[in-house]
Amino acid sequence: MEWLQQLVNGISIGSIYALIALGYTMVYGIIKLINFAHGDVFMIGAFVGFYGLTHWHIGFIPSLLAAMIICSILGVVIERLAYKRLRNATRIAALITAIGMSLLIEYTTIFFRGAQPEAYPDNAVISKTFTVFGTQISSESIIILVTTIVLMLLLQFIVHKTKIGKAMRAVSHDMEAARLMGINVNNTISATFAIGSALAGAAGVVFGLYYTKIDPLMGIIPGVKAFIAAVLGGIGSIPGAMTGGMVLGIVETVVSALGFSMWRDAAAFIILILILIFKPAGIFGKNTREKV
Amino acid sequence: MKNNNLKKYGALIVSSALLLGTLTACGSKDSGSGSGSSDGDTIKIGLNLELSGAVASYGSGISKGAELAIKEINDAGGIDGKKIEAVKIDNKSENSEATSAALKLATQEKVVAQIGSATSGNTVAAVQVADQNKMPLISPSGTSQTVTVNDDGAVNEYAFRTCFIDPFQGKIAADFASNDLKAKNVAIFADSSSDYAKGLAEAFKKQIEANGGKVVAEESYVAKDTDFKSTLTRLKSKNPDFIYVPGYYEEVGLIVKQARSIGIDAPMMGGDGWDSPKIVELAGAKSLDNTFFTNHYSAEDPDEKIQKFVKSFKEANDDKSPDAFNALGYDSVYWLKDAIERAGSTKGEDIQKALAETKDLSLVTGEISVDEEHNTIKSATVLEFKDGKQVFKTKVEP
Repeated sequence: MEWLQQLVNGISIGSIYALIALGYTMVYGIIKLINFAHGDVFMIGAFVGFYGLTHWHIGFIPSLLAAMIICSILGVVIERLAYKRLRNATRIAALITAIGMSLLIEYTTIFFRGAQPEAYPDNAVISKTFTVFGTQISSESIIILVTTIVLMLLLQFIVHKTKIGKAMRAVSHDMEAARLMGINVNNTISATFAIGSALAGAAGVVFGLYYTKIDPLMGIIPGVKAFIAAVLGGIGSIPGAMTGGMVLGIVETVVSALGFSMWRDAAAFIILILILIFKPAGIFGKNTREKV
Repeated sequence: MKNNNLKKYGALIVSSALLLGTLTACGSKDSGSGSGSSDGDTIKIGLNLELSGAVASYGSGISKGAELAIKEINDAGGIDGKKIEAVKIDNKSENSEATSAALKLATQEKVVAQIGSATSGNTVAAVQVADQNKMPLISPSGTSQTVTVNDDGAVNEYAFRTCFIDPFQGKIAADFASNDLKAKNVAIFADSSSDYAKGLAEAFKKQIEANGGKVVAEESYVAKDTDFKSTLTRLKSKNPDFIYVPGYYEEVGLIVKQARSIGIDAPMMGGDGWDSPKIVELAGAKSLDNTFFTNHYSAEDPDEKIQKFVKSFKEANDDKSPDAFNALGYDSVYWLKDAIERAGSTKGEDIQKALAETKDLSLVTGEISVDEEHNTIKSATVLEFKDGKQVFKTKVEP
């Protein structure tokens, strides 16, 4: 039953990667920017959830919602302050700004509360372990999976069935044409940032719940891993980000399970390199030819 | 003009300081070579400690313990009728500052011996100065081998330590696992990014195999990892009846929690890196049940000597319970006192000899003896977590 247990482990970590990867992919899809500050929005979400549970005592679901709301506001503020004026600048300028934004969020957090880690309370949700076919499944794993599935269904609904979703798809397809058709491009981009950041905030809270320890620099590694997941699935593609996250989580788990735990992080980066060499568009990516 | 005045005054101050220095030197009866001199009715001890900087909590802990010991000794009449006078210098947790502090203690203050520093790195920085000036040095908590033995394998004649060395904890844990827990098939899960953890794991493995146990799995992680479940699941499939996890509390807390959540009930154990209240927050009190760690001492130990120390420390420090650093600082002073009394002199050479010959000296953190490499042989305390509290379990003799 060891492998079933490993599958459960892989899906839990994969769900978190997938939630973060969605934000990367949505932002990239619409303004072709890799938002490296996204991992830090995830960190802020984890802290908001922590304060919600331990200082404001509002329970799990309200804490999750608070983290999502605060993160979506943060995402919009980042976009309006840093990225909006660079929309017509070179890609490299925007990329460097994103890295700067990431460092700014990390060290502002350290400035205000120090670098020491914080532990999520263990009574935040009913902690219980279920045994299925000899496999231990904790209630936290189930919460992660349920939260991820619910949020992804909600996202699919927003993107495909609502007006703002239609606008997002249009802007992502052709920003200029969308503007000519009377779509408010700025608001659409802000909405994309808001939704992506809310997902990162939710990922932060479930991460804290599952792994207990949170600290101001916790966003770096999951952020990079989620970026790999987004590239793996095909950056710009929403189902791609979900699949990429799950695949990456399971691959990492399998590498550790085979006894190569020291190679786990390396495996993720090897995947990134291989994908970039052999299938740069990713699993679900469209193979678009550059027009000359 | 102003500059000139400053120079004049400066010269005046310097010359008067020099004059004062000569006078004091004349005043002292004992004028032996190098350090190891002290004036008529006091014995000067140097404290070269980390009172500020990165590991200030270690240094100030030692300082509190040492001060209590000095006060007690002076209240009881001092050493052979002479009072102890402490000269405290802050080395700011920096190696270069530790070296210059040692130099100042040896040449200007002319202390009979130095206590400090807390970390192995800062102590090593002062060891050469101590050797050159024949000033015995006792590090209360420098656990690294390099404190007393230099890179060429030669013993640093004047360097000693009050604590045990790193590999010793691994040995004690192995003995505890085989004898008290009757563990046969053990697993090791060590932090591969820390020399401390690797040293403990290696010593543990050697001893458990010598005890007839079998290491069924050996895995490692890197500090700052958060997901250990996949490796733990692998460990679980090997069915170990004991898991050794040397490392620091930040990761250990998560490892214990995740191990329990996938159904590993085997006892887990580590070293003094586990000693932090944060571990309880990270792992949760329930997960920590059936886990143990080795430490220098426990305030819960029913031993008479320890309880007496705990009581007097609490009286002097607003009812705060003493930690391992407080106890080691306290012991260092008493050890030095014992050596000076046995030597019957305050000369550096004589104290050094007496320290090296220490045998079965009973202190708060255990009975200590010194081997030929100046490693301190003493007992270690095993603590158990019960409902998130550290409970004294047993003391293991070397």
